[in-house]
Amino acid sequence: MSAGLGGAGDIIGILAATIFVAAMLIWVERRMLAIWQDRLGPNRVGPLGLLQVMADMIKMFFKEDWIPPFADKLVFVLAPTIVFITMLTGFAVIPFAPGVGIIDFNFGLLYFLALSSLAVYSIVLAGYASNNKYSLLGALRAAAQTVSYEVFMGLSIMGVVMLAGTFNLREIVEAQRDGWFIVPQFAGFIIFLIAVIAESRRAPLDLPEAEQELVAGFHTEYSGMKFGMFFVGEYLAIILSSAMIVTLFFGGWLGPWLPPLLWFCLKTTVGILLFILLRGALPRPRYDQLMSFGWKVMLPVALLNLLVTGAVVLSLAG
Amino acid sequence: MMLFLFYITSAVAVFATVMMITRLNAVHGLLYLILSLLAAGVLFFLLGAHFAAVLEVIIYAGAIMVLFVFVIMMLNQGQKTTDQERIWLQPTIWIGPSVLAVILFAEMLIVIVSGGNAETGQIVDSKQVAIALYGPYLLAVELASMLLLAGLVGAYHLGKPMLKKTLGKRA
Repeated sequence: MSAGLGGAGDIIGILAATIFVAAMLIWVERRMLAIWQDRLGPNRVGPLGLLQVMADMIKMFFKEDWIPPFADKLVFVLAPTIVFITMLTGFAVIPFAPGVGIIDFNFGLLYFLALSSLAVYSIVLAGYASNNKYSLLGALRAAAQTVSYEVFMGLSIMGVVMLAGTFNLREIVEAQRDGWFIVPQFAGFIIFLIAVIAESRRAPLDLPEAEQELVAGFHTEYSGMKFGMFFVGEYLAIILSSAMIVTLFFGGWLGPWLPPLLWFCLKTTVGILLFILLRGALPRPRYDQLMSFGWKVMLPVALLNLLVTGAVVLSLAG
Repeated sequence: MMLFLFYITSAVAVFATVMMITRLNAVHGLLYLILSLLAAGVLFFLLGAHFAAVLEVIIYAGAIMVLFVFVIMMLNQGQKTTDQERIWLQPTIWIGPSVLAVILFAEMLIVIVSGGNAETGQIVDSKQVAIALYGPYLLAVELASMLLLAGLVGAYHLGKPMLKKTLGKRA
């Protein structure tokens, strides 16, 4: 276990691994959803259908990359890259294992919050630049949803920060040696989980792209690899969110017998499968239900959780 | 190395700000403004104020500017405002303020050259910020929170009668 973070090996390895996993998730998600819904899913291309990813990618690369003549071209091209880049750079602070990772940043948690709030530009700008009513409505929903859910996404993890006494993700993991934070911070975990689903616009909270109402929402006008960027960006968001949940609430790389990196990957995989299962299991709420649930239930609960955690931490310390 | 990065980032910030002012399309202008705020975040980081850097990105670039883009998008004004902006950006309008700004800039240059030495930054911890805020500056924090609460209540009040009026009409 070397303390050297951010070597070329770390950077290239993490980048390659995350992009590979994000691409494979296309197959994993379809296959798992199918199994949970008593279907078979894609199983024709290659063994177990594993080459489905290749087929999808070839299709996407060879599709006509069309920019609508009525679009704001500069912004239209820029928008899909934003979600991709912000999500990839988010992995810089993830503590994969002791000695594996890119930087050991004192404000790692805030850095994650900053990047997830920047990612919304991708959706908003895509909706604006498409110059299409459905896209615009999708973008409006995305902006309102993300700005609202961001508020208590930040608040829900402040309980963890209080218990660990730091914003540094590596120190937060180390602080969970005596017990995972999911036990004292169960309310925080639930709120954070709902908030990251809303932030990454995954079903059941995928109202910005609700296909029954809005065609495809903000990415209606996108095709080819530009659409692929949104697609892979969503999977990157899932991986990043699962990694953050594991780090904050499930003790990160800590665990008996197995090497730390393997523990981290195992826990993150369970997190990703949970995201997919939620998509298969829950119906989509109405938009006004989503907003009033956020402000009238989640925000007070997050604040209450913060108050109780603060009181307990203070009474134990004094 | 750090100094080099600092000057590059400063140049990006200044360039982005100038571009922001001169863009005719409001959304393009906002994109440059976001870039300028991100550059300011990097500047804070390079000066050692990591906490301020992250907050700059979360609050300004990540929250306030999203609302700006949101509003501009809702207004969706298109070509008409671009033409209007073109009229507003004629030299007769911007030449006065620019001359005054150049004078201020020259003054600042003179001050810097004559003796204002550049401060070397120090790392500021979130704990130090919190202790300062809730120690000597507690009153200011409380006042700011009261102001925000008043704003919140005001916004709620402004939103409320509209609802009643439309409901009353319908009944």
